[in-house]
Amino acid sequence: MWLWFHKLSSPPYAYRTAGLVRPWLFWPAVVLMIVGAIGGLLLAPEDYQQKDAFRIIYVHVPTAILSLSIYTVMAVGAAVGVIWRIKLAHAVAAACAPIGAWFTAVCLATGSIYGKPMWGTWWEWDPRLTSELILLFLYLGYMALRASFDDTQRADRASAILAIVGVVNVPIVKYSVVWWNSLHQGPSISKIAAPSIAGSMLWPLLVMLLAFALYVGAVVCDRLRAEILRRERNASWLSESVA
Amino acid sequence: MTPRRRRMVMVALIVLGVGSAAAFALTAFQDNLLYFYSPSDVTAGKAPTDRVFRVGGMVPEGSFTRAQGSLEAHFILTDYAHEVKVSYTGVLPDLFREGQGVIARGRMGADGVFVAEEVLAKHDENYMPPEVAKTLKKQHEKPTNSGPLPTT
Repeated sequence: MWLWFHKLSSPPYAYRTAGLVRPWLFWPAVVLMIVGAIGGLLLAPEDYQQKDAFRIIYVHVPTAILSLSIYTVMAVGAAVGVIWRIKLAHAVAAACAPIGAWFTAVCLATGSIYGKPMWGTWWEWDPRLTSELILLFLYLGYMALRASFDDTQRADRASAILAIVGVVNVPIVKYSVVWWNSLHQGPSISKIAAPSIAGSMLWPLLVMLLAFALYVGAVVCDRLRAEILRRERNASWLSESVA
Repeated sequence: MTPRRRRMVMVALIVLGVGSAAAFALTAFQDNLLYFYSPSDVTAGKAPTDRVFRVGGMVPEGSFTRAQGSLEAHFILTDYAHEVKVSYTGVLPDLFREGQGVIARGRMGADGVFVAEEVLAKHDENYMPPEVAKTLKKQHEKPTNSGPLPTT
């Protein structure tokens, strides 16, 4: 286990592994996305009160869930990088940020489009919406902070602190609808009892969630490879493999 | 203590420190963070009288009236303990109807009627096909009609 861990944290090995794993994430993601889209847009029945408008949840919910998961992965990567001084962990954290920011932005945009016809407003300074917006700023701040350093090691350490500090926002986003009165409704899928969403509507959502998660994995693999290339541009293993 | 251990403690302290700071700040500003008041809060006098605030609750069946030929609507908001009368002039959201949770933003009038500037519809976390909703409703109505509906 530890041996494997050490092996994986070596840049050449991680570079090759990410390249090998990537198609196994990307193509299932494409297939599942098509299945989920057909299931969500065509097969699932319309909702009893929101009619067809509820179908936006097939994009909104997966991006929302993953915007939080990606941040958690990013913060854990940053923490591992700081504690064990593993450069590859910093590279993983850096690779997570752009896709996380995109998912947060898509979540906010689809939520806004959803909010106008259902609630009657594009935006409200509601706890859930506001904390998700803060999440977007954390991602953007993380990327801006990284970009402001020329030295990769200093960028790693400074941005890692921001990622770790920002992790307190993750439970706030998750439980904002439980802790405070909110315009946003409570959780549907993760209820401990039965999920409060009909089975015929739930399965496309889960398929979409899996598809989006695999897609994130593929994108992170790509970004990680690019990040490794950038960091190791002077390393001998790279010039050897290119030559 | 090895340097690695020291860094581990440092990261733990950052998370703990920022976490408790955030927790204190959020509890301290609980009142300012409150997105809407319940009708019970309003009748208990907890809501501000001098500024705009929001009230959230259910619109009970049979409480909605609209003046003929105008956009002025009157309805009641309830949390099944207390009620607040609301008046609103304007277009209501599509999901607005009796038996629906809504949030109204406005001021308390001198006559005890809440004058709303904006009305938003809240929808619950239940998603189901219309047929299922119909059956559920039937089952719900049959045994007792007196119990309060589940609040959203």
